[in-house]
Amino acid sequence: MSGLGIWNYVIIVLLMMTGLYMVISANNLVKKLIGLNVFQTSVFFLYISFGYIVDGAGPVLNDGATAYANPLTHVLILTAIVVGVATTAVGLALTVRIKESFGSIEEDDLHKMDSSI
Amino acid sequence: MILEQLIDVFLLAFLAVMSIAILRMRNLFGAVMLYAIYSLTAASLFMILDAADVAFTEAAVGAGISTLLMIATLSLTGREEKPLKKSRLGLLPLAIVLGTGGMLIYGISDLPTFGSADNPPHVHVVPRYIQESPTEIDVPNLVTAVLASYRGFDTLGEVVVIFTAGLGVLLLIGGRRRREEMEVREEREVAADE
Amino acid sequence: MSDYLVLRIVGKFLIPYIMLFGLYVQFHGDFGPGGGFQAGVIFASAFFIYTLLFGLERTLSVVPASVLRVVSASGVLVYTGVGVATLLMGGNFLDYDALAADPITGQHVGIILVEAGVGLTVASVMMLMFFTFAGYGESKT
Repeated sequence: MSGLGIWNYVIIVLLMMTGLYMVISANNLVKKLIGLNVFQTSVFFLYISFGYIVDGAGPVLNDGATAYANPLTHVLILTAIVVGVATTAVGLALTVRIKESFGSIEEDDLHKMDSSI
Repeated sequence: MILEQLIDVFLLAFLAVMSIAILRMRNLFGAVMLYAIYSLTAASLFMILDAADVAFTEAAVGAGISTLLMIATLSLTGREEKPLKKSRLGLLPLAIVLGTGGMLIYGISDLPTFGSADNPPHVHVVPRYIQESPTEIDVPNLVTAVLASYRGFDTLGEVVVIFTAGLGVLLLIGGRRRREEMEVREEREVAADE
Repeated sequence: MSDYLVLRIVGKFLIPYIMLFGLYVQFHGDFGPGGGFQAGVIFASAFFIYTLLFGLERTLSVVPASVLRVVSASGVLVYTGVGVATLLMGGNFLDYDALAADPITGQHVGIILVEAGVGLTVASVMMLMFFTFAGYGESKT
């Protein structure tokens, strides 16, 4: 694989792991959701990298193109982006309600309050 | 050609630096702003990889809607993340992340060549879509043809998911009666204390 | 926010063009990048600018939340309705060939209707979510 390809995939793995670390270890619920979105965007990169063809054109039919980028990967990622924002919106609404019920959105406080009830 | 590759390399490095900056930032408002910039850089990288529809959607949705909703949530909750009390920089999450990352990087060597035209995603059903689409559907944008016609069921599911998410948000925090309920509850507690 | 003269004037100038661009993206999704999702989000962002400039009360008097709820449900209904219509006309579910005499015309009609349904639902749900977040916790007085 060319150097650009290896650099591409290594950065994708780095982004994935940063997002995963934020999801696992962040204390604040909103930070966890931001980490989840970072992770999702890196997975989108992975799919679009699979669909890329060197010297290809974008997936719009025109007469001068020999190869087209893979439209199926683009469709899958379009769906995934929109589902991701739907999940984030519901997660943020849950965070607002948790703040109203418990008074805090830090995970440590929530564990303490939850086990003391 | 060489310039395009240079831009690609530089943008990828920029993206990695930004993700680590989001991780390290304590102020949540700053983290959300960095996430918006991250999303926009991701959209430009999608353009370099010939994915125009996806770049459009990522810029509009990631840098637009997601950021807006996060800022609205922050205005209702809090702006700062609490400082770490004990040494909660535990070893376990770092070990998990480094282990998984190492295994994934080892797996990169098994991936097919980046950008080659006979990779597995390009040889099964996609040539049929590309060749039959002018005669069967006659829509120039292949992504719309696949999204709305060849894979119409998936798009139906997606629309229902968006509708359900709207329903979920409405059920959770819809209606302004929240505030009045809280006030009524406070008045009742005050009356019970007396 | 309406005290800032520059923001108010530029916002008033831009909002119709943003809506027009959203409609352009919706209907030209066949010929270039675009389609229902992008158009719905762009159209909703025009209303977000209006809310940021002039407040939630005025925006809710322009487009009330009950209208948005009906529109979002009707978007899903349009999509499923196209599928049921193809069933009634003799094809499979969501087989657009059955919608008109010529299969290619049927495909075009089907794709336009389906993308319109998607655009309606996405725009109204994004607006609903933002108005719900922004209006949370305000008392009725």
